[in-house]
Amino acid sequence: MSLLSVDNLSVRFTKRSGGVFSRTIGAVSAVDGVSFNIDRGETLGLVGESGSGKTTLGLSLLRGTEPTSGTVTLRPEGGQLEITALGKRDLRRARQHMQMIFQDPYSSLNPRMTVREILSEPLTAGLTDARKLSGAEVDARVVDIATKCGLSVDQLRRFPHAFSGGQRQRIAIARALVLKPDLVVCDEPISSLDVSIQAQILNLLADLQKSLGLTYLFIAHDLAAVAYICNRVAVMYLGKIVEIGPTRQVYFTPRHPYTEALMSAVPEPDPDAPRRPILLEGERPDPANPPSGCRFRTRCRFATELCAIEPPPLREVQADHSVACHHTDTIKLRGALDLRGPVQETAGR
Amino acid sequence: MSMSTDHPHVIDVSNLSISLKNDNNSIAITRDVSFSIGRGEVLALVGESGSGKSVTALALMQLLGGNLSISSGQIVLTAIDGYSADIAKLGRNGRQIEAIRGARMGMIFQEPMSSFSPVHTIGAQIAEVVTVHEDVGRKEARRRSAELLAKVGIPDPVGALDRYPYEFSGGMRQRAMIARALVCGPSLLIADEPTTALDVTIQGQILDLLSKLKDELGMAILFITHDLGIVAQMADRVAIMYAGSIVETGSVREIFRRPSHPYTRALLEAVPRLGDIDERRRINPIAGSMPNLFEPPSGCRFHPRCPVAVHPRCSLERPPTFGSGGRLVECIHGEAELAR
Repeated sequence: MSLLSVDNLSVRFTKRSGGVFSRTIGAVSAVDGVSFNIDRGETLGLVGESGSGKTTLGLSLLRGTEPTSGTVTLRPEGGQLEITALGKRDLRRARQHMQMIFQDPYSSLNPRMTVREILSEPLTAGLTDARKLSGAEVDARVVDIATKCGLSVDQLRRFPHAFSGGQRQRIAIARALVLKPDLVVCDEPISSLDVSIQAQILNLLADLQKSLGLTYLFIAHDLAAVAYICNRVAVMYLGKIVEIGPTRQVYFTPRHPYTEALMSAVPEPDPDAPRRPILLEGERPDPANPPSGCRFRTRCRFATELCAIEPPPLREVQADHSVACHHTDTIKLRGALDLRGPVQETAGR
Repeated sequence: MSMSTDHPHVIDVSNLSISLKNDNNSIAITRDVSFSIGRGEVLALVGESGSGKSVTALALMQLLGGNLSISSGQIVLTAIDGYSADIAKLGRNGRQIEAIRGARMGMIFQEPMSSFSPVHTIGAQIAEVVTVHEDVGRKEARRRSAELLAKVGIPDPVGALDRYPYEFSGGMRQRAMIARALVCGPSLLIADEPTTALDVTIQGQILDLLSKLKDELGMAILFITHDLGIVAQMADRVAIMYAGSIVETGSVREIFRRPSHPYTRALLEAVPRLGDIDERRRINPIAGSMPNLFEPPSGCRFHPRCPVAVHPRCSLERPPTFGSGGRLVECIHGEAELAR
């Protein structure tokens, strides 16, 4: 069984008119009927443009945002938790199994707490099933995880402001991991960091995954970073998953026109790589007022009448590779490498 | 010494140093920055946060604020209309700099939302640039604005004149900002991370637009970015900045194929590439973090993170600059590296 199963999950935000007799005047389906699984030990990448619902989806798995409908099931060692059915108290306890790392390490750490306090709080806040830990045990856990995340013991008594962005992200990762969670939702964990620091954090996440047996949902818009760290990738567009499959297949033999367009837009760090054609015109439609049928049809060069009438279901086109497109079997798409021409030798040396 | 180019120079920056006054001390933010850009050429100024790339751009327009000021150096602009001036000698205000800023030099910023006034229409904000700099009537200014909006690919440009910034999406706002920067036909366009706030598919559209406009209008572009993918696509030449100094310059191909400064090499090694999926290459992070400019490392500022530093020499003296013309490297190994 997968560690995490998400079935038909939707998150709708309603917009209300003001005043005493306030009523609903509109709604945005930020996440619309999304289903997927994540196996233990793997990393699923979640990519898409801003406003596609990636962050909302990540948050709703932990019920940081309440889903409107659908189920989320987590299967930690020796148990099964239906996250969407849990009461407040049980949900708090369930969070020991799933944690989150946020984009901005400047606003996600309490400036009034020392690193030691930040890292020990999850252990002492009554989130775990286990008996209460003694002070010495808490300390041992904190030191252990801090060291694993590349922080030194004498840094523990300092406050977040004394750290650079990359080091703060290490603190945030240590805080997420101190409860030994099964699943970690990483929401753009490197996008606010400098290039040279991004690589440090990517490698740290990869190493921790191996040594601690972690499972990640890795939300990012940097497609090269996603390719680097993820086994499988899900592509989102306006609240729906349009394609999901093994990273290699999604990148090199995409089956959805939006995936192809996304790949075409990544500038490759190689001056001799031929310019990729820009395959996507216009901008994404207003999520409050999505197009009928297939939501991508207004920017799709293959769209037909059928696409305007019927929303395409996400269906398996190969083992473990699913696509939501009516025409996927008849259109020819190019992958990330075909788009840029032959592979070039890497620079430098 | 400045980088040479094959084209007539639009801008020549030599030994530009910017300092920050802090109580009674003055802290050097950039040291001896030199580069030049020719007509129709794109120079990418690449660096991480705190490298000094954005303050350098602001200094070029005399837009340094607060306690920042130019402490030495020259910024010689030679506009396409023949006008020439050393911007470093002009004040922050006054008729002379105003004849340059927004007219002979345009600038686009990262955040298109905060670069427009929310209470004036797009058309008014673009037309204002024209009426300030040129002796034209409102009608003509409006016509020119619409023409530029059409050029940057905004649908219904005449209708767009009367709309407000909030009615535009991020990509459209960035196009409008490009239109405003270009409406007086600048000789130099400074683009400071113009696509960082945009989605990748929109980024591609904006980069394409900038290349097309550059060819059409023959302006020089100073493109500030930390994204090596964008550098590879956009730039003719590259200047790599680290902790306030340009450590390496060269053509885009030289920088990517034969990087000669250890920082440039490390930066290229640290970036994941799409092709890596098959190779299972492990990216190589640069150890440590950016130095604090208030207490910069002695000698070569990269030495604490440098894999090929020679101790104690690199921590004692500032490294010499090797190379000539447009190919320079500031490193003790520079001579040997360039000869390879």
